[in-house]
Amino acid sequence: MVKDISKVTEELEQFSFDFHTEKPEIVAAGRDELRVRIGDFAGPLDLLLYLIKQEQANIFDIPIAKITAKYLETIQLMKRLDIAVAADFLVMAATLIEIKSKMLLPRDPKAEDEDIEFDDPRRELVDRLLEYEKFKTAAGMLHERTTIEQATFTRGALETDENNSEVDATVFDLLTVFQKIVARHLEEVKMEIEREEISLADMIRTLEGRIVEFGEVNLSGFFEEMRSHRELVTAFIAALEIVRSEAVRLVQNKTFGEILLRRA
Amino acid sequence: MEDPVSENVESAAVAKAPARTPGELVALVEALIFVSEEPIGTKLLADILGEEKGAIQAAVEQLSAEYVERSSGLQIREIAGGYQIATRPEFHEEIRAFLKTRPSAKLSLASLETLAVIAYKQPVTVPEILDIRGVQSATSIKTLLDKRLIVAKGRKEAVGRPMQYGTSKEFLLQFGLKDLSELPSIEDFEDLVSSGSELA
Repeated sequence: MVKDISKVTEELEQFSFDFHTEKPEIVAAGRDELRVRIGDFAGPLDLLLYLIKQEQANIFDIPIAKITAKYLETIQLMKRLDIAVAADFLVMAATLIEIKSKMLLPRDPKAEDEDIEFDDPRRELVDRLLEYEKFKTAAGMLHERTTIEQATFTRGALETDENNSEVDATVFDLLTVFQKIVARHLEEVKMEIEREEISLADMIRTLEGRIVEFGEVNLSGFFEEMRSHRELVTAFIAALEIVRSEAVRLVQNKTFGEILLRRA
Repeated sequence: MEDPVSENVESAAVAKAPARTPGELVALVEALIFVSEEPIGTKLLADILGEEKGAIQAAVEQLSAEYVERSSGLQIREIAGGYQIATRPEFHEEIRAFLKTRPSAKLSLASLETLAVIAYKQPVTVPEILDIRGVQSATSIKTLLDKRLIVAKGRKEAVGRPMQYGTSKEFLLQFGLKDLSELPSIEDFEDLVSSGSELA
C-alpha cells in the first residue's frame, strides 16, 4: 500500500506545473548588526549609504577614494545577484570611479578667482543619496505600520456575510483532500481492466462544464468519481489548472471543511 | 452597489424620523460597525440611521473613547475611509495562538522601498522609480501587484507611454491608513535624514 502511494506521488511529480514557489522574502538584518550578509542590500544606493555610515563619513563630504575601494570590494563578494540588479551595482561603481577621477583633476583656477562656488563632482551623488534615504526611511515606516497592522485582528466572518463565511482554501488544502481520497481509494480493491485514458484537457473541460452547470463543485466529491489513480491524478491537476487560470475560486466554508470550486 | 441599498434604507429610515438618545445612537453605531465586513464609512452610517454625519462622528468618537476608558481588548479604528472594530495589537500572541495563524510573509526591503516610492510619488512610472532607488524594481513591482498593494493607473503621456502605478485600497488596509494624507510627509523624513547624517 505504501508503495502505491509513492507511485502516485511519482506520477504526480511527472507533471511539472509551475507552483510559483515564491520563497518568503527576508527583511534585511538591522543596519547595526555586525554580520551583514552580502546581497541584503536593496540596491547600490543602499550599499553606498551603508559603507558611508560604516566609515563614519560625512555624507556631505564623502571620502570618495576610500568609499569607492570599499564599494568595489563589496560587489566582488556579491554572488547571488540577478543580472539586472548586478548591472545597476556596476553602473554605480562606474559612477564612483568617474567622480573619483574628476576629484583628482585640479580645479579651474579661473573659477576660483571669480569666487564661483566650486562645483563638487560629488554633489549629484549626494543629492541622490539624500533623496534615496528619505524613501528608505519611509520604507522603514511602512514596515513598522504593517507589523502593527498584522497584530490587529477584526472579528471573524459572520454567517450573514456575503459569500457565506468562506475562507480561501490554499493549494495545501487541496493536497490534503487529494491525499485523503487516494488513501480511501487504496482501501478499495479494484481491478483495472480497461485502460481508458482521459486527457488532462478533457478533464479540465469536464470540470469546467460542471462548474458552469452547478455554479460550484465539491472537490472531494469530484475526486471520488475517479476510477483509477491515473484519472485521480489527472483530476487533481485539472483542478489546479482551473484554479490557476483564476476563472474559479477555491473556497472552504470552515477550517477542514469541504473545498468547493466556485465560479469567480 | 452600495448606493441603491443606502438609498432604500435612507428613505425608510427618514420616514421613521429617528428619535434616539445619544446613548442609543452610540450603541447602534457600534452594532453596525461590528457587523460590517469592511470598514464602514460615516456617510453610509448616516444614511442607514437617518442621522446627520456630525452626529455619527460624535457617536463614533464617544464609542472609541468608551473603549479606551475601560481598557477594552477592542478598539475603534479609522481605516481606508471607514470605521472598524479590531483587537488591540498587544494581544496578538494570544490571538494568533487561538487562530493558529502566523504573521504572513513580510515584504522584502526592496519591495518596501519600491512601495514607499510609489506611495509618495504616485502616479509614478518604472523609470522614475529606478531613478530614485538606483536599481531595477521589476521584481518588486510584480510582488506588489500580486499582493494587490499597487494598481496600474493608466499610461503617462510621455515617450513610450510608460505605465504608471499607484497604491490601492488594500494598501490602506494593510498599512492601517485612513487615507493617503495620513502618511507622514516625505519632508519629515528629510529632516530626520539630514540631522542624522550631518556629523560635521
